[in-house]
Amino acid sequence: SGPSDSSSGEGSRARRAVERPGRHKQQGGRRRGAMSILEYNGSALVAMTGKNCVAIASDTRFGAQQLTIGTNMKRVFKMNDKTLLGLSGLASDVMTVSQKLRLQTDMYKLQEEREMKPSVFNNMLSSFLYARRFGPYFVEPLVAGLEGPENKPFIAGQDLLGASVFTDDFVVCGTSEQELFGTCESFYKPNLGPDELFETIAQCMLAAVDRDCLAGWGGVVHILTPTKYIVKELKGRHD
Amino acid sequence: MGDSAYSFSLTTFSPSGKLLQIEHALNAVNKKGKTSLGIRAKDGVVLATSRKVPALVDLEGFHKVNSVTDSIGVVYSGLGPDYRVLLKRARKHAQAYYRKFLDDIPTSQLARGTAQVMQEYTQAGGVRPFGVSLLIAGYDDDGPQLYQADPSGAFFGWKATAIGQDFVNAKTFLEKRYNDDIELEDAIHTALLTMREGFEGEMTEHNIEIGIIDSSRKFRVLTPAEVRDYLDEAAD
Repeated sequence: SGPSDSSSGEGSRARRAVERPGRHKQQGGRRRGAMSILEYNGSALVAMTGKNCVAIASDTRFGAQQLTIGTNMKRVFKMNDKTLLGLSGLASDVMTVSQKLRLQTDMYKLQEEREMKPSVFNNMLSSFLYARRFGPYFVEPLVAGLEGPENKPFIAGQDLLGASVFTDDFVVCGTSEQELFGTCESFYKPNLGPDELFETIAQCMLAAVDRDCLAGWGGVVHILTPTKYIVKELKGRHD
Repeated sequence: MGDSAYSFSLTTFSPSGKLLQIEHALNAVNKKGKTSLGIRAKDGVVLATSRKVPALVDLEGFHKVNSVTDSIGVVYSGLGPDYRVLLKRARKHAQAYYRKFLDDIPTSQLARGTAQVMQEYTQAGGVRPFGVSLLIAGYDDDGPQLYQADPSGAFFGWKATAIGQDFVNAKTFLEKRYNDDIELEDAIHTALLTMREGFEGEMTEHNIEIGIIDSSRKFRVLTPAEVRDYLDEAAD
């Protein structure tokens, strides 16, 4: 009963297995769930590139620290036909940021009579977050999309202040970030087709969130190809 | 009572539905302004203007044709000082766009934004309209484009157009010579012929200015030497 002591190594581990860097001090030797505002609600997201396709997977848990209050939380949003946005972090900001960016993307389409490219969207998101440099939105976004007439896969991740990282394989974020790094690094292969990509990203997600008490409780994968947009739900452990 | 009359916009409708200040601004462009013209070819755009100045003016560093971005250029007819304000605004708008999107501003968006500024100066309080019309030339993913922005804030896309003192004759001349397949080199040639039509005195490489943008998407102002070459060709 009650939360485990940091000193007891056995028994149920009601706290995260991995300490975040630099957070060695614990309050009174006990940790009640997560402390950082970015970890309050719990989340896990990963974006991956495949051959002419991209995918974003997320968990669907909505919690208030250790209490789970929802299992159907939406974290991946379609911005336009070629761009997906995934947001980890504080749930309230996830909703607000996705809505505001959707506004920007829609206005761009009306004004410029063309769709915003994923790389352009990524930069706009970066500017958007940095505009709140001294009172930021507590989100860490992932952008995935198909760029240009050749539909080249594009993924990027950012921190809450808008610092972008571009890779050609995968990006991860959320409370299960470190677990996801591990699973993705092991399972990822380049140039997977949409079905294989789905399998890979799903396995990465499920394995990672099972090691994180703040994420999980269901999952969803969004796959984007030049012709299709597919959303699949994942069956995982609900605990 | 008298005070309140000054607190409203200085641009009010006349009974016949006109905005007289804007009409007067257009006069500043088309009656007093020196002729400028633009021609859109299928592989580029050319802008040309008269650069006649009093004899002792130092022409070094005096440009009527300017770049707004690497791939958008602009020329004007009307009040030079007003033009420079709009040029700076346009450049800033383009840079702010780039900073937000990390993407070059499309020509149409730049033209729209600049025209928007001009419109605001017809409706805000305590300001007067800009006494310039602008010709904006650019080359982006939608190909070569030419836009005109007026003191009213109206803007149009053109295949070829002229503004300033001689605009009526110049446009008639252009209409006769324009075809949809015109190439940039021919367009430059046509631009020079059109300029010469209404030019008082001898037209030299010093008293006109030409800017071009071709499929390289880099706008540049021709040097006097280059203009000289084109003039010599046109003289043949």
